[in-house]
Amino acid sequence: MIIHAVLNLCLPFRYRSVWIFDQDKEYVGFATLPNQVHRKSVKKGFDFTLMVAGESGLGKSTLVNSLFLTDLYKDRKLLNAEERITQTVEITKHTVDIEEKGVKLKLTIVDTPGFGDAVNNTECWRSVADYIDQQFEQYFRDESGLNRKNIQDNRVHCCLYFISPFGHGLRPLDVEFMKALHEKVNIVPVLAKADTLTPTEVKRKKTKIQEEIEQYGIKIYQFPDCDSDEDEEFKQQDQELKASIPFAVIGSNTVVEAKGRRVRGRLYPWGIVEVENSAHCDFVKLRNMLIRTHMQDLKDVTRETHYENYRAHCIQSMTRMVVKERNRNKLTRESGTDFPIPMVPGETDAETEKLIREKDEEVGASACTAKHRPPHSLQTEQTVRPSSDPPPDPPDPPCEPSLAASPLTPADRSKGLKSFYIAIQNNKDPYYSLGCTAHQ
Amino acid sequence: MGGRDLFGYVGIEAVLDQMRRKTMKAGFEFNIMVVGQSGLGKSTLVNTLFKSKVSRKSCTPSYEEKISRTVHLKSVSHIIEEKGVKMRLTVIDTPGFGDQINNENCWDPIVKYINEQYEKYLTEELHITRKRRIPDTRVHCCVYFLPATGHRLRPIDVEFMKRLGKIVSIVPVIAKADTLTMDERLDFKQRIRQDLQASGIRVYPQKEYDEDVEDRIRNDKIRENIPFAVVGTDKEHQVNGNKVLGRKTKWGIIEVENVAHCEFANLRDLLVRSHLQDLKDVTHYIHYETYRVRRLNESNASVSGLSALPLENGITEKYEAQSQL
Repeated sequence: MIIHAVLNLCLPFRYRSVWIFDQDKEYVGFATLPNQVHRKSVKKGFDFTLMVAGESGLGKSTLVNSLFLTDLYKDRKLLNAEERITQTVEITKHTVDIEEKGVKLKLTIVDTPGFGDAVNNTECWRSVADYIDQQFEQYFRDESGLNRKNIQDNRVHCCLYFISPFGHGLRPLDVEFMKALHEKVNIVPVLAKADTLTPTEVKRKKTKIQEEIEQYGIKIYQFPDCDSDEDEEFKQQDQELKASIPFAVIGSNTVVEAKGRRVRGRLYPWGIVEVENSAHCDFVKLRNMLIRTHMQDLKDVTRETHYENYRAHCIQSMTRMVVKERNRNKLTRESGTDFPIPMVPGETDAETEKLIREKDEEVGASACTAKHRPPHSLQTEQTVRPSSDPPPDPPDPPCEPSLAASPLTPADRSKGLKSFYIAIQNNKDPYYSLGCTAHQ
Repeated sequence: MGGRDLFGYVGIEAVLDQMRRKTMKAGFEFNIMVVGQSGLGKSTLVNTLFKSKVSRKSCTPSYEEKISRTVHLKSVSHIIEEKGVKMRLTVIDTPGFGDQINNENCWDPIVKYINEQYEKYLTEELHITRKRRIPDTRVHCCVYFLPATGHRLRPIDVEFMKRLGKIVSIVPVIAKADTLTMDERLDFKQRIRQDLQASGIRVYPQKEYDEDVEDRIRNDKIRENIPFAVVGTDKEHQVNGNKVLGRKTKWGIIEVENVAHCEFANLRDLLVRSHLQDLKDVTHYIHYETYRVRRLNESNASVSGLSALPLENGITEKYEAQSQL
């Protein structure tokens, strides 16, 4: 027991278990730590960035309004057909501050009007991918800067991709989009306008889409596995949740009267569709998943997996460029200290060089330990196989991430790129790696 | 109107009976083309329209709904009979339309097909010894399926209808319309009509071809309601003790033939019950003639020294010889 306690104290805060010993004698008191964290974060507030993507007319704006019970798209004007012919894919951002029971949430919705609307939609996802990379790059710069007190986190935490119910499963455009973005952002596929489908059709389409996702090797957002000591009901709910991907949703901006109650729904001559009725659609499941249960996990995955992948590639390509520069400059006997690094000038060159070298080593080490994973499957368990090959060498321009290091398995998430954190901890702020203060 | 009053019964009206008997013996031909992205319910709608399994989907035994790489046209013919009247119905399907990422020129194979049918008819017509009844494979009607987005026409819709409105009668329909409430449906239709007018697209029934006031009144009523919002199905359910065609969902049953629910009945009346012959006439007298004039002008221009006169039967032979050049 004592050994356990000692070991506990040696680990960083996150991995400690709250162990209550004999009530009076050995009670230390750090069991209140979660409450302290809770209080601090409530004061600070949370933020969340959600991206919605899909062809126009699939009910994206309506769903966003239904999810967050706001009216973000009040003054929207629809372009007519003539204007649409020359429209390109834009990225628009709406931010809204929501408060509920004292907890503040700064919600940002990133919309992609024009996606998939043109006659020729080749590479229309490029502006979306560039936007996500830009946010990563900006965060990278801020993080490496001197003043890190008030970093704005604009990284996209989740992307809801709307699949049209009118087709037979995934279209070529859907496949291309998801494959281009599955390594940059958490993709949650959603079956839009599900009130056009009968229950059998919904089931058939979901099975078809699940098969196609597996067939094309698309890595959508994985729900973390339940701990083995959770109760049966929770486990069963979790199973149901996983089996309902893609969520068949219906959104509504209007409130109608159904059986004497006022509900959010759609009124048809043949009946009333209730948005919040789980027999009618999966809206409630999606909302619970997105807001009530998995919001923090989505942010964690973005921070630990997608962002770290981006950062690793960025640094890799930067150091490669530096080495090339250095080799080139050796011949001309100039000092090779002109780094194309996005760091604030002011740090001494020697220190920067030392940092680069250390990070390079760590990247080499972590890339070797990054597990190679077979293509994502929805139902089977994830097995982790260590890869003994050195990471492949893409000659990229700086900060253009390629897909050399594969993302980590869900089981690995909690361990994460621990080596990174430890390395940084050695010459930086020790609380940096805890992720519970500056990183939200 | 004009004409002499008869002072006895002559029996001229019996000519109608004779016509009817002849046409019943000969039968009708009707060729309908369905165009739209995959999954919009084209095959189901055609089956529901003609109350029989006439579409490609029901014919090919190993039918798998895969998205094909290129646009190709598949036509399936059936002879259906009702009350002694036989109709040879051909359904031309266009799988692959609008399904790719890059859909530029996906309408070209369709335009080519339609022109080919006109060409076939033209060459048959220009023969010295013509068949009694020239087999008519010309497309009489093209039903274009718009997805029920609720917004406006998409660029691909505008491009397609602009090009095809000039050579064939287009009937646009809103597919899978059970996702739109009544208000949304009205707004959507209005926006579509605005877009059609702004782009100069003429859909059936075209205003210019109304022959008299009666026609105009009838067609105006139709023009106010296009595009029809349809829902198609081949399954039947019990509603109030009757068996109706419908889609059963958790919140109610959508009756396909109930005009309060969707406009399938209006579409069926337009295509089959009231305007079928009109569609054929418009195709024959207007679209086909336009094509014919254009073709003859082209071939006349390529052969020097000929004037572009409308042909009479007497000089068919001469033209036949010269067009071989």
